[in-house]
Amino acid sequence: MQLPPALHARLAAGPGTAEPLPVARDPAAEAAPFRFAARPVRFPREHEFFEDGDVQRHLYLQDVLLQVADVPEKPRVPAFTCQVAGCCQVFDALDDYEHHYHTLHGNVCSFCKRAFPSGHLLDAHILEWHDSLFQILSERQDMYQCLVEGCTEKFKTSRDRKDHMVRMHLYPVDFRFDKPKKSRSPASPGAGTQASADVQGNSGERSEGDAMEICTEPAVASPAPVGERRTYSHRIPSTVCFGQGATRGFKSSKKKTKQC
Amino acid sequence: MWSRRQGRLRPVVCGVEELRRRGREREAVLRKARREQQLVSKRLLRDDAPEEAGEGCVSAILGETELQVQQLLRQAQRGTEEKRERALVSLRRGLQHPETQQTFIRLEGSMRTLVGLLTSNQALLQLEAARCLHELSHSEQSTVAEACLPATSYLLTYLSSHSSDFIELCLYTLGNLIVESEAVRRQLLPQGIVPALAACIQSPHVAVLEALGFALSQLLQAKEAPETIIPSILASTLPQHMLQLLQPGPKLNPGVAVEFAWCLHYIICSQVSNSLLIAHGALSTLGLLLLDLAEAVQRSEDAGLELLACPVLRCVSNLLTEAEVETVGGQMQLRDERVVAALFILLQFFFQKQPSLLPEGLWLLNNLTANSPSFCTSLLSLDLIEPLLQLLPLSNVVSVMVLTVLCNVAEKGPAYCQRLWPGPLLPALLQTLFFSDTEVVGQSLELLHLLFLYQPEAVQVFLQQSGLQALERHQEEAQLQDRVYALQQAALQG
Repeated sequence: MQLPPALHARLAAGPGTAEPLPVARDPAAEAAPFRFAARPVRFPREHEFFEDGDVQRHLYLQDVLLQVADVPEKPRVPAFTCQVAGCCQVFDALDDYEHHYHTLHGNVCSFCKRAFPSGHLLDAHILEWHDSLFQILSERQDMYQCLVEGCTEKFKTSRDRKDHMVRMHLYPVDFRFDKPKKSRSPASPGAGTQASADVQGNSGERSEGDAMEICTEPAVASPAPVGERRTYSHRIPSTVCFGQGATRGFKSSKKKTKQC
Repeated sequence: MWSRRQGRLRPVVCGVEELRRRGREREAVLRKARREQQLVSKRLLRDDAPEEAGEGCVSAILGETELQVQQLLRQAQRGTEEKRERALVSLRRGLQHPETQQTFIRLEGSMRTLVGLLTSNQALLQLEAARCLHELSHSEQSTVAEACLPATSYLLTYLSSHSSDFIELCLYTLGNLIVESEAVRRQLLPQGIVPALAACIQSPHVAVLEALGFALSQLLQAKEAPETIIPSILASTLPQHMLQLLQPGPKLNPGVAVEFAWCLHYIICSQVSNSLLIAHGALSTLGLLLLDLAEAVQRSEDAGLELLACPVLRCVSNLLTEAEVETVGGQMQLRDERVVAALFILLQFFFQKQPSLLPEGLWLLNNLTANSPSFCTSLLSLDLIEPLLQLLPLSNVVSVMVLTVLCNVAEKGPAYCQRLWPGPLLPALLQTLFFSDTEVVGQSLELLHLLFLYQPEAVQVFLQQSGLQALERHQEEAQLQDRVYALQQAALQG
């Protein structure tokens, strides 16, 4: 298929719209038996017109076709040790370190050493477990926010919230990051707690490093003792990043429950 | 850690011919699936780097017995982190085998244990547990994939964590589970998959974005998507971000763009609320992307380009049928004649590399020219009629579409037909009268009619070139008779 050479030049030149030639239709054009009518055509999802392109797409997904872009090798750096006191892990790639840091040292509550997958869940935990003002306010209004991203429902008790998450969001009853508060927490002397059926029996002071409580064997303590990891503030600032430059915005739009 | 080296690390144990044969077989399977409207695909991230293989796990490669699986699970729950990780690696290797997958899911408490490891705070254990889950998600057996359901709330939770590798893995796993069944999706939607994806799409990591695009495309392909999924996606911030990721320029990543272009296609062809997308500037973004693609073709950077061109063409073609585009505001978005130039460059590219996509390109050309005197004029002034005619003999579908586009031009009146003749058009038309396909011939008759009407001088040449005899061939054909007769009359009177 030969294209006129000037075409490439046209593409390279600036935008423009052709001045249309005058349009002048004769009614005889549409007279029977002729039936042509110029019109745009639309094809719905499952139309067979799309078969070839769809098959190509799936061949690509199934790796039969070439990858579109070459994935660069993970950049290696000279080996270094995690800087958090008491942690001796060594790394030679920033990605590995990033995962380690955020899993073990990021989003960790300084009161009870629990680690959370996201700032959002950590914030909720601190508020609900260690903030006495929260306890006071929650006696008068619905303070327990649904933990599912995008849901703005609030509840009077953590039990109600759990019921909501199980019923409406089909979350597991034993969702790991929504443990009901224990009756004796260092920061909230008199607050009532939910008499929820916490089947896990997890002690609130257990640190990171243990697998979920359902294992029948008692978990052996991880090598680095817990006490040596207390030397950081309770939140890693979100501006800390690991070589990628941009800050990440995974914060949900959870409303802060400030009252005056 | 994972690296996305899928496909490239697989040992090539067979020759090129064998690969081609497998490719053809695979293609036949996919075609059949599509005709039954069952076309789904899962993706597998698997890093079988040689350095991992030599740890005495040979037996794991052959699949594991129930006892072995139990043992590995026990070992994964206690001991040093290193030992636990090794146990999980062995388990993961075993889970590459369908039999071991079945063994695993039938074992009581196995998924609970795996989920516990997934949610532990030991980074390496989390990753290995996630990899195990990923292997299971890829299974073709519904029972295996559905056994992963208890983990989905955690997979979604981890989408807002901070480890890009881990997020990528969670996304591909979710993407595999999504296509498993409507039951899975009925769990994932209330669990908040759409808001989770909307938050995650702000990640700067290319690998995460590509994985997210994949997962989203899986969600959008669901049969029930137009009713239950697409509305909530359109109501979220996802459309704006998707369009942003399709903006041409130095930050455009082809792998990412491919995924989101397909996402857009699934949304647009479902006809839920395309006016919203147009309001977000979809037409101008995609138009600019077309120009970018044509430029890439010219630079011969065309590896896999058709994978991106196809959905983009589809999106623009379908969007052009929306009413908003006809109004002044809408039409402004796509009037640049460079789009026509770009399209022809892409048509030539398809002609050489992927002829099966020619109909889709011509579909766009039809939608551009149908109601646009300006684009029809561009076809003429840029000398694109002759290249178009070169496509005529390729296939019946292509012939019909080429003739339709030519009719779009001709029906606009004498000023247009004067530029169609004299020239190569009439000889080409006479050729098509010798085709046997009724639809092709029918479209040729329509074009002849317009040409005779607006450019009467063409009639003489038609007669001189034995046009009447060519017409006679079809005068018994029911679908063509009336038009053949009318043309014969017009020719004899002219």
